[in-house]
Amino acid sequence: MIKIKKLAIMTSAVLFAGTVLTACGVSSASNDKITAVGSTALQPLVEEAANDYQKEHKNLSITVQGGGSGTGLSQLQSRAVTIGNSDVFAENQKGIKSKDIVDHQVAVVGITPVVNKGVGIKNISMKNLQKIFEGKITNWKQVGGKNIPIEVINRVKGSGTRNTFEANVMDGHSTIKAQEQDSNGTVRRIIATTPGAISYLSFSFVDKTIQSLSIDNVKPTDKNVETNAWKIWSYEHMYTAKKVSDDTKKFLAYMNSAEVQKGLVKKLGYISISDMKVKKDANNKVIN
Amino acid sequence: MNPKVVNKIATGVIYGLVILVVAILAALIGYILVTGVPHISWHFLTSPAQSFLAGGGIRDQLFNSIYLLVLTLIISFPIALGAGIYLAEYAPKNWFTEIIKTTIEVLSSLPSVVVGLFCYLLFVVQMRMGFSILSGAIALTFFNLPLLTRNIETSLESVSSLQREAGLSLGLSQWKTITGIILPAAVPGIITGIILSAGRVFGEAAALIYTAGQSAPFVDYTNWNIFSDTSFLNPLRPAETLAVHIWKVNSEGITPDANAISSGSSAVLIIVILLFNIFAHWIGNRLYKKMTSSK
Amino acid sequence: MEINKKILMPSKETRQERFGRTLSFISISAIVVLVALILYFIISKGISTFTDNHVNLWDFISRQDWSPSTIGKDGKPEVGALPMIVTSFSVTFLSALLATPFAIAAGIYMTVIGPKKSRGFLQTVIELLVGIPSVVYGFIGLTIIVPIVRTLFGGTGFGILSATLVLFVMVLPTITSLTVDSLNAVPKHLSEASLALGATRWQTIYKVILRSATPGILTAIIFGMARAFGEALAVQMVIGNAILMPKNLITPSSTLTSQLTTGIGNTVMGTLGNNALWSLALVLLLMSLFFNILVKLIGKRGKF
Repeated sequence: MIKIKKLAIMTSAVLFAGTVLTACGVSSASNDKITAVGSTALQPLVEEAANDYQKEHKNLSITVQGGGSGTGLSQLQSRAVTIGNSDVFAENQKGIKSKDIVDHQVAVVGITPVVNKGVGIKNISMKNLQKIFEGKITNWKQVGGKNIPIEVINRVKGSGTRNTFEANVMDGHSTIKAQEQDSNGTVRRIIATTPGAISYLSFSFVDKTIQSLSIDNVKPTDKNVETNAWKIWSYEHMYTAKKVSDDTKKFLAYMNSAEVQKGLVKKLGYISISDMKVKKDANNKVIN
Repeated sequence: MNPKVVNKIATGVIYGLVILVVAILAALIGYILVTGVPHISWHFLTSPAQSFLAGGGIRDQLFNSIYLLVLTLIISFPIALGAGIYLAEYAPKNWFTEIIKTTIEVLSSLPSVVVGLFCYLLFVVQMRMGFSILSGAIALTFFNLPLLTRNIETSLESVSSLQREAGLSLGLSQWKTITGIILPAAVPGIITGIILSAGRVFGEAAALIYTAGQSAPFVDYTNWNIFSDTSFLNPLRPAETLAVHIWKVNSEGITPDANAISSGSSAVLIIVILLFNIFAHWIGNRLYKKMTSSK
Repeated sequence: MEINKKILMPSKETRQERFGRTLSFISISAIVVLVALILYFIISKGISTFTDNHVNLWDFISRQDWSPSTIGKDGKPEVGALPMIVTSFSVTFLSALLATPFAIAAGIYMTVIGPKKSRGFLQTVIELLVGIPSVVYGFIGLTIIVPIVRTLFGGTGFGILSATLVLFVMVLPTITSLTVDSLNAVPKHLSEASLALGATRWQTIYKVILRSATPGILTAIIFGMARAFGEALAVQMVIGNAILMPKNLITPSSTLTSQLTTGIGNTVMGTLGNNALWSLALVLLLMSLFFNILVKLIGKRGKF
């Protein structure tokens, strides 16, 4: 009995403390709190940058969380967060009014087709790659490899990686219904362990357990992305409302400063936005 | 057939199945420990995580997991206890009680991401708790309640009705009988329930991504002021737990030693749960002896 | 006067009783409110696919093409959830079917047959298993079970069979520990009476202990199936996660939960793509309600 009372008192105390703390949190939220939510792929970069930034700006609190690009943009749209991190252009995300929000591109990510090491090829033509994902080529021997059936691993519909891949490779053709996985890490593991498997990954996830493919003898390197010789790449976006606080402005400026672009961006396997020789718009058209 | 022969066969079958279960479980735990333990070191346990360099640790994640467990139990245990007592002792045996029981059971089948998003929209956004340990604890309370309530209910029911009658015939109120006689006798069963739900708290990831968050900002372990942003005790700071860390490292981690961190963390998680089990059983035994005054 | 007052006033016990009743009633009400809130949330979001986006309910549960963001040949969005419903159903059913005999055997061993020491050991092992994150189960499934299934049965190894095997290990602790609870709750005098009448141990177990523990064991199975229903990360890695009608146990397919979990972060709230996912959650809820009632009905039949 005494124990139960104690527990009850403790609970209410904690809940009360919680409410009080929340109240405090709300009152200070207006000037020096930034919340960035969205893309899991972009999260490590923003989080690291935020940590460095907060070392110099002690009274600023930046929270960076994942949850997916769709979540990031819809939470920004309802103004529940300050920054929505996204792998895709807001124009390409259904249900988002892209005119009301502002795009800040902070990095470029290159995407390469990857295969299981046992398939026996290192280069493929764009036409054949498209046919494989269409389901028209079903065995590796048809493209000069070993006699192993092809197992297509796709990415989740609506994910940035898949959008980019389809826009640059599929040329309007639809992909076959196949496995869909949602993270780079899982895809890498499946490719490494499944005979005849093919999928696509961000450059930074390619390691020695899998084989990346050149397309029409162009190698998937940062240099080739910068000149657009390698076509499959996309931006990482940080979207904000049109009106933002000075703190947010400064933080976004910091993201595009040489310190981050030459440092963190490279270390985390992205391509610096300042090194790009070309630009793309939301329709995947190259503009200069 | 001769009942004695049947008895032998049945016993044999049971032994066979049990041996198979033990073999599977031992192999599983052995696999995790063998692949993970070599990666555990003092450095691994006491240094913060790294997002792109090798050699990161799990200090903050480990602490967050334990802190989250404590908060979750503080919130969910009293509620489950009260509800369990109600269902076992007071609830009338009618259709309404059946509906309550059924809905609680259905609640436990909800995918964690659904509960996570629900808590995100209600607590994180609407009630402005933000990404915080507290939001995470509330989300986990949703998972804990069905199993814990059910467990407390069965533990109470399994106490012999003789004890109940003895208490009532002494002129004690039903409530006093429950808290003074039945509850102490049910302690061992309840401890099992707490351990199981603790396991669920340690292992949950999907619901926490939307509530407690998946980043571990800098915390100061010497700052005891729970209102301070950097204090390790602040329940309103975002906190990545060990299970979420394992998920993150495996899905989008680009550290060169992601595999080592993942298997090391899994092994640490198992060891922590084991320690928690031993601790809980010890407390439970002490409590049981003290409350029932048995030797 | 004094005595009169004393008799008419509620006694200390009555007040205690009131206090206790209120406290426990508040707790159960809190749970009911929480459950009601989340159910309302899911139902209101889940039906908006049909009320706001005007998807035909029959199309939803009978068609096989799932791609809410694209418009199909007939001008309607492709929201056929049948393959996922079938897969979820089979995976859950099969894993519970597989796990139950093992769980009951382990339960009998831990409560009736086995020596006390080994009981404690088994108990601890089972408690440890609950705390392993599902991602870890998924990776172990991917590195061990999928290759084994691939070599034994052919195909890619991804499919319902692998998922069933992974879920079997995941639901085993839940079913076992709840079964143990309900076996323990069988009064000792029942089995003692049976043994005293000359029944063998197995006869006692089968005809007395298991019979009177049936409702508890059924609840254990329900909780186990609930865990299997709700599991996403582990299943998604070993089942292939392809929205295809499962032809057999070793072709890739996808469950309701894994589609829900992978899709929810990539869609925007309020759009059809997002609403359709909430409808999947609603289907999941109704299916587990259906399972629950079914198991309880069977339990009532089996009782005597």
